Amino acid sequence: MCLAVPARVIAVEEGGANARVELGGLERSVSLALVEGVKVGDYLLIHVGFAINTIDPEEARRTLALFAEAGMLEP
Amino acid sequence: MSGLKFIDEFRDPALAQGLAAAIAAEVEPGRDYRIMEFCGGHTHAIQRHGVQRLLPENVRYIHGPGCPVCVLPGARIDAAIHLAETHGAILCSYADLLRVPGASRRALGQCRDVRTLYSPEEVLSIARDNPEREVVFIAIGFETTTPPTAVLVKQAQAQGLSNLSILCNHVLTPAAMTAILDDEDSAIDAILGPSHVSAIIGVAPYRPIVERFRTPIVIAGFEPLDVMQATLMAIRQLNAACAEVENQYTRVVDEQGNRRAQALVDEVFELRETFEWRGLGWLPGSALRLREEYAEFDAERRFDIPSFESREPNSCECPAILRGRKQPHECRLFGHGCTPETPLGACMVSSEGACAAAWSYGP
Repeated sequence: MCLAVPARVIAVEEGGANARVELGGLERSVSLALVEGVKVGDYLLIHVGFAINTIDPEEARRTLALFAEAGMLEP
Repeated sequence: MSGLKFIDEFRDPALAQGLAAAIAAEVEPGRDYRIMEFCGGHTHAIQRHGVQRLLPENVRYIHGPGCPVCVLPGARIDAAIHLAETHGAILCSYADLLRVPGASRRALGQCRDVRTLYSPEEVLSIARDNPEREVVFIAIGFETTTPPTAVLVKQAQAQGLSNLSILCNHVLTPAAMTAILDDEDSAIDAILGPSHVSAIIGVAPYRPIVERFRTPIVIAGFEPLDVMQATLMAIRQLNAACAEVENQYTRVVDEQGNRRAQALVDEVFELRETFEWRGLGWLPGSALRLREEYAEFDAERRFDIPSFESREPNSCECPAILRGRKQPHECRLFGHGCTPETPLGACMVSSEGACAAAWSYGP
């Protein structure tokens, strides 16, 4: 139920109330009522047609590096 | 691989093997680690990606109540059916809800005019297109789903829609976690905190729970590798006899959460004194209702709804399963009258529930 999926912003619609995003190869419009400062190229988390947050790519890279690091530990 | 950024790389099988090895190296033999993943989305990820099978036998996931469809009591379904039958209301909700039976054993899907929503904003056009009918949005969900409902209520007010109302069933994660841990028989060593609830509420609301019960909470991302890393973090805390709130899902969750969403929710909703949860009973301060300023959009104030009883089935073990004391197959009803097709208890109601997951994927 709390499923939210990442989607890339293709365009911010006039007035800034909605954005066009790419979601699994399809384009759709999502509400920006719950987020601020969204730019083209940002990744948003989409839940029931609303962007609920932006995804921080730098933090994502850091988490992936931690996965790799955990796996390299000698038992 | 589906080629989806921020999804594929968090499902990488080689990294999963590495994390599994790190967990195996970390666990102390002879000690049990009972870790509740609170959120139904995590339950789904664990089952679908076979995460449990990658872990040592003494690390066991306990599936939590974090599925709003599962914990909605039958009385609320019957209240919605009443609105359809007595007031001819068009009922609108998310697809997950439609086959859930009320205490009357009837489901919303059997009502004459039920609309399935992708987004709550669709309710606005349904109300505009049917000015002579009452349109009721059955709002369900944890903190993730509440802000979109708040936006809908404000838009309905701005557009002067007088035939639209909300049957509000929005519930609160920290209250449910507290109810589960506040039980001397609770058998939970650590909790994996929900991803997208935390995207809204942040890290801070979990601190009082950890301080009170000395149970570690690790906020985990939605993908299987996130769940595994959060599990490793929880095991490390337990081995070190620590109890802290940690945040694994840093790419989305921060300390304060989404303040804009929180402000909207606070503007539109207020705390209910108490609310009934299927499987957990009546929990104080565990749900929201519309504020007085938005009373005209509140179906419970707008209509005279009789009080329905929820009547949980006798011998249903959901309360014990939700607290980690029993497993689904230990319930007498499991597979004997209670199946995903004919659910009796909360944990069988949606595919995210503990019993439905055990039924579909095995224990």
